[in-house]
Amino acid sequence: MDLSAINPILFFASLMVAATPIILAGIGELVVERAGVLNLGVEGMMILGAVCGFIVAVNTGSAWLGFLGAALGGALLALLFGVLTQCLLSNQVATGLALTLFGLGLSALMGQGYIGIKGPVFADWHIPILGDIPVLGPIMFQQDPMVYIALLIVLGTGLFLNRTRAGLILRAVGENHDAAHQLGYKVIRVRLMALAFGGACAGLGGAYLSLVRVPQWTEGMTAGAGWIALAIVVFAGWKPWRLLLGAYLFGGVTVLQLNLQAAGVAIPVEYLSMSPYLATIVVLVIMSAGRAPGSLGRIFHASH
Amino acid sequence: MSALLKIDGLTKAYPAVIANNNISFDIQQGEIHALLGENGAGKSTLVKAIYGLVKPDTGIMHLNDAPFAPAEPRVARSAGVAMVFQHFSLFDALSVAENIALGMERPPPQHKIAQQVRVVSNRYGLPLDPDRIVGDLSAGERQRVEIIRCLLQDPKLLIMDEPTSVLTPQEVGILFKTLRKLSQEGTAILYISHKLEEIRELCETATILRGGEVVATCDPRTTSAGEMAEMMVGRVLHVPERAAGDVGPVVLSLKNMSAPAPNAFGTALSDITFDVKAGEILGIGGVAGNGQDELVAALSGEVTVPAGMIQLKHDDIGRLGVNARRKMGLLAAPEERMGHAAAPDMSLTENALMTGLARKRLSHRGFLRWPAARAFAKDVIQAFDVRTPGPANMARSLSGGNLQKFVIGREILQAPDVFVVNQPTWGVDASAAAAIRQALLDLTAKGAAVVCISQDLDELMEISDRFCALNGGQLSEPVAAQGLSVEQIGLMLGGAQQMDDAHV
Amino acid sequence: MITLEKRPEPSQFWVFATPLLSVLLTMVVGGMLFAALGQNPFVAMRTIFLDPLFSEFSWFYRPQLFIKGAPLVLIAIGLSFGFRAGVWNIGAEGQYIIGAICGAAVGLAFYPMEARWLIFPLMVLAGALGGWAWAMIPGILRTRFGTNEILVSLMLVYVAEQLLASMALGPLRNPDGMGFPGSRNLSQYPSAANLELIQESAMHWGVVAAFIAVIFAYVALARHLFGFHVRLAGQAPRAANFAGVNPNRLILICLGLSGTLAGLAGMFEVSGPAGQISIDFNVGYGFTAIIVAFLGRLHPIGILLAAGLMALTYIGGEIAQSNLGLPGAAIQLLQGMLLFFLLAVDVLTNYRITWQRGRA
Repeated sequence: MDLSAINPILFFASLMVAATPIILAGIGELVVERAGVLNLGVEGMMILGAVCGFIVAVNTGSAWLGFLGAALGGALLALLFGVLTQCLLSNQVATGLALTLFGLGLSALMGQGYIGIKGPVFADWHIPILGDIPVLGPIMFQQDPMVYIALLIVLGTGLFLNRTRAGLILRAVGENHDAAHQLGYKVIRVRLMALAFGGACAGLGGAYLSLVRVPQWTEGMTAGAGWIALAIVVFAGWKPWRLLLGAYLFGGVTVLQLNLQAAGVAIPVEYLSMSPYLATIVVLVIMSAGRAPGSLGRIFHASH
Repeated sequence: MSALLKIDGLTKAYPAVIANNNISFDIQQGEIHALLGENGAGKSTLVKAIYGLVKPDTGIMHLNDAPFAPAEPRVARSAGVAMVFQHFSLFDALSVAENIALGMERPPPQHKIAQQVRVVSNRYGLPLDPDRIVGDLSAGERQRVEIIRCLLQDPKLLIMDEPTSVLTPQEVGILFKTLRKLSQEGTAILYISHKLEEIRELCETATILRGGEVVATCDPRTTSAGEMAEMMVGRVLHVPERAAGDVGPVVLSLKNMSAPAPNAFGTALSDITFDVKAGEILGIGGVAGNGQDELVAALSGEVTVPAGMIQLKHDDIGRLGVNARRKMGLLAAPEERMGHAAAPDMSLTENALMTGLARKRLSHRGFLRWPAARAFAKDVIQAFDVRTPGPANMARSLSGGNLQKFVIGREILQAPDVFVVNQPTWGVDASAAAAIRQALLDLTAKGAAVVCISQDLDELMEISDRFCALNGGQLSEPVAAQGLSVEQIGLMLGGAQQMDDAHV
Repeated sequence: MITLEKRPEPSQFWVFATPLLSVLLTMVVGGMLFAALGQNPFVAMRTIFLDPLFSEFSWFYRPQLFIKGAPLVLIAIGLSFGFRAGVWNIGAEGQYIIGAICGAAVGLAFYPMEARWLIFPLMVLAGALGGWAWAMIPGILRTRFGTNEILVSLMLVYVAEQLLASMALGPLRNPDGMGFPGSRNLSQYPSAANLELIQESAMHWGVVAAFIAVIFAYVALARHLFGFHVRLAGQAPRAANFAGVNPNRLILICLGLSGTLAGLAGMFEVSGPAGQISIDFNVGYGFTAIIVAFLGRLHPIGILLAAGLMALTYIGGEIAQSNLGLPGAAIQLLQGMLLFFLLAVDVLTNYRITWQRGRA
């Protein structure tokens, strides 16, 4: 075993890459939950995004169009969830599970002809000047564009929720949907929009796996990333900034165990592979604080 | 001068009931207009129609001579109609300023709202800090948030739905001053209540609804409360009568009972001490959110407390759970019927089973005795005149009053030694309320002790032998109820610190 | 304008009609999907839903229903109690794996001793205990720390899968297997094998256990205090508290029960139909059982029927895969769709749809 083989600069740089899909899926779910909806189908939306993104990218030759397709696919699946839970008043937990099972099946079917193919290259951006800073440059400013986009989405979401009127309305809907309805806000419309945003983000997160991180399509390739994103939303106490912290923590554990595997540590590979999941459980136990939105998971039916 | 709001032939029917039938009346500018009626008389449907939450089937309204048919509250608000709800539509986790911003059409930036809140609250004598989180406010303060939210929009018509049900008499005084000031400034107020004395004190005109129709319009200042009650109910009410019983030995005794707050927005109980004797009713008054739910939970056994704090007859029961206490003769009926005292999606038989298990022997070695449970449910239905097709019906299919009769009857038929009840007649129509109060009196006549927690002071004065008040989780010394003045009660309820707010 | 109006009582008609309606809708939409894939939808539907029962090879497929159905019934029955009580164990797949590992480990520990009276019962016990213990992790974390049991139980599926792989490659690997991953074949070790009880029927002990579980669950729900408390806690948690139900105990019991049954299912599978611990031992019964539980309306008899239907789609799916070249994922999709449609049409049970003209 040779731990010195782990290059700290490479370690942190790949940590940011490992965290990105979780950040994307997590920020989407955070907005959804702040609107009072518990969508447990993140895994399903992610995997659909992964396959949609891959198919579009391979056929158009453009990774960017792939991401667009992934966002659309995720959003459409999320709207299906929205129609069921918001219009047909189905149980959110059960529907979320159904969404995951459905997404896994649909993606496997769609991806039939795409196994083993290589997707188009998604080049890194070497940001001038900033990218040349020693140590920090390679870690922060020589990444692929989606890393920055994910961070911008988090930034934008934080500002949106806390600084804008629309964000206030969204929080109000999630906090007490009956009161929001009484004030004349369109609870269902707000929630459907939040869900679509959440689905699009989850789709982007999935496509990041199939287009950048892996990068190819395999069945079930999200391997629980969607569930980890859900856990990190709880860890973050429904606050965008803490979501970043959680995602980097998770990214760190993931990259560390991969590095240890590569370094040939005398721990069986399987035990290293389970460490991100165990770490997620530990984090959930420690950070069960934070107050959930008041109407989270409750069924809204506007009665007279 | 033409009326501010003209309502003409307004009708709204639901599949099971006609909520409003051809309702017509006018509200003048600057008038304080009472809308009076029992539960189910159609008051809330009517105001929801004015506020744009319900669309009437037929009928027209005019606001300042312009046709007025708000499709949603937004439209009503921009036309100058504002409403303070009975159950405040507030957001616990948001600040006062954010709550107010949500209620405005075109709100100014957050810091300006804070400033405006301070101005308005000083002007109308409604103190309020815009940066506080609403979940931490008292019921009275929460109501102020609602009122200030409405006032910031300069309404022409302010609708108030049962605004005093959560206030102390002193707070009611403050509110009335505010409302009179508004009315002088030309704002009309539609004041919904079933409290007759209040209406006589405040309002200039009263429209009385019964069964969805306008049955009378009167000047409450010259009409007696009795006359209005008769118009509202349609018949003479049965006043509970009290059989003079003997007061026996102490059966329930609390010594310095304390319990931590169950959650972030709950109330901690501290040093609660009282005795209740067999054959008497101890009335506990207080504004909602001062520890009523917590006290009931500690007495029923849903929350246990350390040994030595609660004694039932000769036993220390503080550490016992709900069913152990039931077996020993302490029964309780919590305030919230749907989902706490009863399970809405279960049949009445199953709801009877819920609390009757221990004392009525409805199970044998863990196996349920359905026939016995059904028979028990039938007994309750019969003895308490619960209007339902039968015990197989879901609890949620019953009206509020009927379900309350069922819940109270279920406990009373188990012959408790001590019965703790919270808000026995909340949201119950007058005749059912009278029946429930009579049942409580009958229970004491048979030698049981009753602890009755209520926010309805008239009710407490009517049935209690002794009275005390909960305030911030503390209980005042119980005193004989007879001869207590409203002023004294108000002081007990409010505590001295709330009197500061009275300096307008 | 269509509006929903809550019924005062759930509709008895729709309680029974919605599962059938959702199966029908799944067939229609699934057929359209297969048509889009270039298949004859009628042939595809016949292959999946009818051929296992009525084709010339049905003598082979019919017993398979037991093999596929038994674990689904066992797991779904366990889940149904938790789902009724609002305890969301969705990690049955993990408990199933751990039950199999524990059961197999006990059996292999005795190899090659011959003592069926001792070894097989011990394996059953170990399987049950393993599943129970795995489910206790989310249970204890939930009751002690308020940790969300959905996420924890699900994370533990991935952990269990890694554990399974390490067992198949490490401690439980067949020493005579020439280095191939996977344990000895338990079904060829008479003392540990989950044998067919009747020749050619595929009736093994797991099937018996499944039927027993259905009967017990039925009695518990209809006649026993425990079932009453479970239903009460799910429908009105505060009322349950008022009725004297200890919520934490109920959570632990519900999770323990579903873990135990999932563990048993895993143990019966590994010692019978699967035969050995291998990397790809688990095929998703733990997740499909969630669909089964809902499709069966969380009712024991319903679960029995729903498990039969799901087993049918598994077998039919395999036939369709080999005969029509239909991708395996299509069946997974069909199952997910079924749950979707059920949840969608379920609205009819508790709400009445009314048409109001004109106003928005």
